[in-house]
Amino acid sequence: MKNDPKKILRYTPFERANHWLSAITFILLAISGLAFFHPAFYPLTQLFGGGVWTRILHPFIGAAMAISFGVMFFSYRKLNVITPTDKEWLKHVREVVDGDDRNMPEAEKFNGGQKLMFWLLVGCMALLILSGIVIWRAYFAFLFPAAVIRLASVVHAVAATIMIALIIFHIYAAIWTKESIDAMLYGWVRRPWAKQHHPAWFRQMMGGDK
Amino acid sequence: MALQSLDIIRRSATTTPSPGQRQTPEVAKLIDISKCIGCKACQVACMEWNDTRDDIGTNHGVLDNPLDLTENSWTVMRYAEVETERGLEWLIRKDGCMHCANPGCLKACPAPGAVVQYSNGIVDFHEENCIGCGYCITGCPFNIPRLSKKDSKVYKCTLCSDRVAVGLEPACVKTCPTGAIVFGTKEDMIRHAEERVRELTERGFAKAGIYDPQGVGGTHVIYVLQHADKPEAYCGLPRNPSIGPMVDLWKGAAKPVATLGLAMVAVGAFCHYVTKGPNEVSEEIEKEFEDEK
Repeated sequence: MKNDPKKILRYTPFERANHWLSAITFILLAISGLAFFHPAFYPLTQLFGGGVWTRILHPFIGAAMAISFGVMFFSYRKLNVITPTDKEWLKHVREVVDGDDRNMPEAEKFNGGQKLMFWLLVGCMALLILSGIVIWRAYFAFLFPAAVIRLASVVHAVAATIMIALIIFHIYAAIWTKESIDAMLYGWVRRPWAKQHHPAWFRQMMGGDK
Repeated sequence: MALQSLDIIRRSATTTPSPGQRQTPEVAKLIDISKCIGCKACQVACMEWNDTRDDIGTNHGVLDNPLDLTENSWTVMRYAEVETERGLEWLIRKDGCMHCANPGCLKACPAPGAVVQYSNGIVDFHEENCIGCGYCITGCPFNIPRLSKKDSKVYKCTLCSDRVAVGLEPACVKTCPTGAIVFGTKEDMIRHAEERVRELTERGFAKAGIYDPQGVGGTHVIYVLQHADKPEAYCGLPRNPSIGPMVDLWKGAAKPVATLGLAMVAVGAFCHYVTKGPNEVSEEIEKEFEDEK
């Protein structure tokens, strides 16, 4: 889709593919996990071929997401180091939410909010992987005492709830900030978009001028 | 196992009422440990009636056989040699599902109708609804349900719900040669147990008592213990069993709080979009780049 030579590459094809792999596995995990969490969501097991299939598939989909998310963690962790500018950005986050970002400190490739989201997601994912192993009845649960399994069940439910909330927020932010879904779908962004939302990154991409 | 749909008062993972027109008297199985001789006839009768066959095991040098409950052995005799003030005592406990009034397995189960409770108090698994997640094992304060490696379903004592439904006593009760296991209404069993406790006290078991733990709302399998002050001596019978704070939180408050929380995030996002509008590139910046062309 690079019909405009002035566009800037934001995400490589591999990054995009991997992001969507994480996204699809996450949605499948959220749907199947909610089905086990509250009876109101149990009918969602039909999407996976019934309760037994949902129980079989959920942890394997989790393992797939763990790998895909792990790749994202290692490729983005340096870009997400929170700087004093980001802290300043976060202090003024209300202004952005209210729709006025004129006085915001300059965001890099990721702004302070995105970086905070990144670390919260990493924390949730780590808890979900660890507790998920403990409660995976078919292969691992027999290795752990009942008290640990009970704790892991609570941790898994709490971390999953927080992560689903964060992802709803993440999806909303992408819908709200026009053209950012295009960035993750096609990889390229218009220069005005980059300058508007990630000025420091834009300057860096332009070779330091502007 | 058996399906007496008229008598089901509680189903797992179900938020609407179960059929409640018919009431049956609350039953209980009383196991008087002071009368048990450890013959294992109850184990045999259980397998006989329920038509389950365990693998032939190996001799571990102790009487316990099999060593633990399995998906085919829904009851096992546990033998403890204990030093008490009366000298060496052999405390033999018939282990199996306690049929709690407030069952942890039912609370934890995510599959609608895989765990049910009848109005007579029996807690039963309906294996056709079981998805094999093992949450019931996590929820059980007595470590009773066993997951089959063959079919990934859980199994446990049914208190012979099929026999009880047609007015028979459980198979283990029928076969017990010493009358250590008796069956009837819970009220009668408590009265009978109190009598036994009185007799045992007279015979010098000063701490004899009934095991009907209130932490799980009482149970429908109750014990007469010679040493009710030391339940742990009976191969680790828990002193104060309860569902516990973790399972309570996980399958209690967490459910509505999390569901409501997530709904609020989604509604909040929608309201934000409607009130504040999309976050677009400002015209100022757009103009800057247009001028360039």
